[in-house]
Amino acid sequence: MDTSTPEDAELQAQFDATVAADQRIEPRDWMPEGYRRTLIRQIAQHAHSEIMGMQPEGNWILRAPSLRRKAILLAKVQDEAGHGLYLYAAAETLGVDRDDLTQRLVDSRQKYSSIFNYPALSYADIGVIGWFVDGAAICNQVPLCRCSYGPYARAMIRICKEESFHQRQGYELLLAMVNGTDAQREMVQESVNRWWWPSLMMFGPPDGDSPNSQQSMAWGIKRHTNDELRQRFVDMTVPQAEVLGVTLPDPQLRWNPDRGAHDYGEPDWAEFKAVLAGSGPANAQRLAHRRRAHENGAWVREAARVHAEKQAARKEVAA
Amino acid sequence: MIPADDAPAAAEPAAGETPAAARRGWPLYEVFVRGKRGLNHVHVGSIHAADDEMALHNARDVYTRRNEGVSIWVVRADHIAASSPSEKDPFFAPSADKIYRHPTFYAIPDEVPHL
Repeated sequence: MDTSTPEDAELQAQFDATVAADQRIEPRDWMPEGYRRTLIRQIAQHAHSEIMGMQPEGNWILRAPSLRRKAILLAKVQDEAGHGLYLYAAAETLGVDRDDLTQRLVDSRQKYSSIFNYPALSYADIGVIGWFVDGAAICNQVPLCRCSYGPYARAMIRICKEESFHQRQGYELLLAMVNGTDAQREMVQESVNRWWWPSLMMFGPPDGDSPNSQQSMAWGIKRHTNDELRQRFVDMTVPQAEVLGVTLPDPQLRWNPDRGAHDYGEPDWAEFKAVLAGSGPANAQRLAHRRRAHENGAWVREAARVHAEKQAARKEVAA
Repeated sequence: MIPADDAPAAAEPAAGETPAAARRGWPLYEVFVRGKRGLNHVHVGSIHAADDEMALHNARDVYTRRNEGVSIWVVRADHIAASSPSEKDPFFAPSADKIYRHPTFYAIPDEVPHL
């Protein structure tokens, strides 16, 4: 930490005291450069994940099996866009601008959650994404509501309120399917088999391999380790799977009465790293789509800006 | 969610000022929502828009999808004047030493009712 001058040392001490007292750091407060950098990176990646997360599901809006499901899916995908915007707004309070962040995303200079590089292959996937992916997101996000950085914490509170609808609509969709035909039950099981391990990877690498976690916890950005959150997700999900009558595809998964928690197998971390590095099943497609949407919208953004400037100029002349 | 090891943060102007947004894209607006009648407007976040009308529409779509508000204010972020945190202590000092502005400053015998 940079405490090169007496003033810096004093500012650092104030910052440390605020975090230690579980108070919030606000945008115009002094903060260590590393804290600012870490937050910008984390909030931007979080925002990018929300925006990229629109793609696997958005693809199914026109193929929803009923008007009811279509309206639900449309609302959910719209929420994801909203979540992205809350988060970009929070990131901007740290002195970056959204255009830059978007540019870094489409240039592959910033990452997004690995989960969205897997394809959604059937409508059962819409249910499983809501159940697993949004369920895992909730586990990750609820502790962030108490994050030491005020704007991020407040954005997370808004997001968590809305996230519960996402998970429940997914689970309800699956309930409808498992109470349907054998073919529908098979579709659900097949989808569960594909999404289980990538969902566990959403919590990030195991604690021993997560070098930034310690510092993030000291700063009050992170409240629990990756493995703690992963364990919470597994324990939450097992009884939900029983109600659906589906099998989670992990032969090592069993209740451990000594730990009071489920033992479970190790995700394939080589796969996780490969997907993060860009060679997941849908990385290229997702990024190309995002880039295309951004570029195709350029003339609209430009036209709106020029129109606004023209109107403002006219008003000035008239006045 | 997953930390990457790239992309240094753009060391940009102090937060609170409008950054490069005004230069290239749409200006930044701060958004205030009245949750229901009888309450003050409360700051909920920010939004980019080309003009005031678009800012209101975008704010509605982003911040009030579930009946969170009955009224919205938007204001260009660069039109907001704010106190600076570095002068926090001197700036608020005048209110700190006037304890006689609080009702508890005045000792009143217990037997005096309704006071």
